[in-house]
Amino acid sequence: MTTSPISSRINVSLLIATAIFLVIIMPALNAFGVIENFTLNLWGKYLCYGILAISIDLLWGYTGLLCLGQALFFTLGGYMMGMHLMLMIGKLGQYKSDLPDFMVFLGHTKLPSFWEPFYSFPFAAAMVLLVPGLIAFIFGYLAFRSRIKGVYFSILTQALTYGAALLFFRNDMLMGGNNGFTDFRSMLGANLRDPGTQRILYIATALLLVGVIAGCKWLTASRFGLIQRAIRDSENRVLFSGYATASFKLFIFIISAMIAAVAGALYVPQVGIINPSEMTPDKSLEAVVWVALGGRGTLVGPVVGAVSVNALKSWATRAYPDLWLIILGGAFVLVVMFMPKGIVGIPSQISGIISRIRNRSAAKDEAKVAAELKKASPTSPIIDP
Amino acid sequence: MSQKPFLLAAEGLNKNFDGYKAINDLNFYLDEGELRTVIGPNGAGKTTFLDLITGRTKPDEGTLLWDDAKHDLLKLNEYQIYRLGIGRKFQTPTVYNDHTVTENLILSLAGSRGIWHSLFGKITSDQRDRMADILTTIKLTDHALRKAGTLAHGQKQWLEIGMLLAQEARLLLVDEPAAGMTDEETYRTGELLLSLAGKHTIIVIEHDMTFVRQISQDRKVTVLHQGHVLCEGPVDQVQNDERVIEVYLGRKSKTA
Repeated sequence: MTTSPISSRINVSLLIATAIFLVIIMPALNAFGVIENFTLNLWGKYLCYGILAISIDLLWGYTGLLCLGQALFFTLGGYMMGMHLMLMIGKLGQYKSDLPDFMVFLGHTKLPSFWEPFYSFPFAAAMVLLVPGLIAFIFGYLAFRSRIKGVYFSILTQALTYGAALLFFRNDMLMGGNNGFTDFRSMLGANLRDPGTQRILYIATALLLVGVIAGCKWLTASRFGLIQRAIRDSENRVLFSGYATASFKLFIFIISAMIAAVAGALYVPQVGIINPSEMTPDKSLEAVVWVALGGRGTLVGPVVGAVSVNALKSWATRAYPDLWLIILGGAFVLVVMFMPKGIVGIPSQISGIISRIRNRSAAKDEAKVAAELKKASPTSPIIDP
Repeated sequence: MSQKPFLLAAEGLNKNFDGYKAINDLNFYLDEGELRTVIGPNGAGKTTFLDLITGRTKPDEGTLLWDDAKHDLLKLNEYQIYRLGIGRKFQTPTVYNDHTVTENLILSLAGSRGIWHSLFGKITSDQRDRMADILTTIKLTDHALRKAGTLAHGQKQWLEIGMLLAQEARLLLVDEPAAGMTDEETYRTGELLLSLAGKHTIIVIEHDMTFVRQISQDRKVTVLHQGHVLCEGPVDQVQNDERVIEVYLGRKSKTA
């Protein structure tokens, strides 16, 4: 994007103001009872989706990799956190057992060994990053080494998340089957049902969002960002400039997976449930729609898209439950056809139209003047006899 | 075999595209510091030959050795070949359209190509000076902050040559640099290539015979025909060669 220094300064101050509002003012208003707990919790969820959307845009808008499996990494992060939260329920569950309820229900008497370390919060937090990161590494390594590109990459990522969803639906995965995890009680000793805890989770999410935007801003402004966009526009040329594009794509793929995973890990304690339906391809597709609506190839656009689509969804699924998908589809079509830069691109689109109109009228004036001049001098000196 | 080590030695190269012999038993030797012009009618295999050198396609048969046979180019991929110091300007100008002119040069600057360096590496003042020099050479100083996609065709060609210069390549492969240029621009391009000769080894592919005369002077010119070297020599000798005239003017030949 080419922006003049003044407008970019306005943008930066607008960003900082929004950040202060989200991180400080909203929770403060909530603490004083101006904003309802329900609303703040809803915004916490939106902001998690916003982070997920940024992770998609890092791949799609900046690198040209349309990943339709980003919900997998989001959900995996959620599951890793969920495992810890399940163990923290302790004997407070339905069955008054140390085991998570679903295990008791399935007739288990002993905690599976891979669950053991999840009693530790630091371990769970590390797994939030490592498991999605490792899966992204393996999948990305194979895909990029084989030079799988474009729509084939999209289809494969979709297949990956679909396969994972099928796996997680199975009870013998010991990950809660189709019910997933729920009924969480506490996190780091704090009661999850207490509005104060939820407020802290909200603040953590808002801070993470600000951090992710700042980090991605730095990343995309570095030489790495130049290479990223060069890969998007003409990958072959980048190869002939001596860059191993596969490594660059792998790197950004892993980073995005981890960003999505952290968002998922914060999503779960705020929403209170995680199950495999969050991994299905349509969830990934929905997130891609947020990015397209908000504005691809920007960092703010995906967040704007995620928040506005989900706010619209919260309203529409109550007001017009049958029409929601039609509204979403219609909005998507309209944006693709008339607003290629998405919601955040509207100001520049409007100023573009204005300057075009101005140019046209200026050109008309010039033509008029030229015509007048011609009339005034009938013997034109331009043509040499 | 050779007495003097070749910078690039191609022997017995063959490349078939679905039965069409793009490269047919091609032998080609290049000394360090040479400025070699390659001419030939359409479909002679000129661009395919560059594709083989740069690793874009692999031949069916033959050998392609670099720097006194120290490296086998056929075992390397595009970016590994680039890192040996082989740079290429494509036939249609291939620059990063959405990047500014300066950014195009930054991406091409010689130096590490690693991820770490791309994140934390700073552009040194030497590199800045180098870019400023290149911008002057390719006459794009005033357009340094423009997006490359908005440049005129000839300017894009120059930018791509500038990118080769930034790379500090040992061998420059220049595919039709004068295409789409005015006579004056073409002449200046020729002067630029001549000023680089000696410092770099250069292969230029060209159609425009005035341009070929300008840059080859009495250097060796290679004529390709149907994927094979038809003849080599100074431009005057080549232009008077019976077989070359036949190929270019399409005179019916009894077996050559």
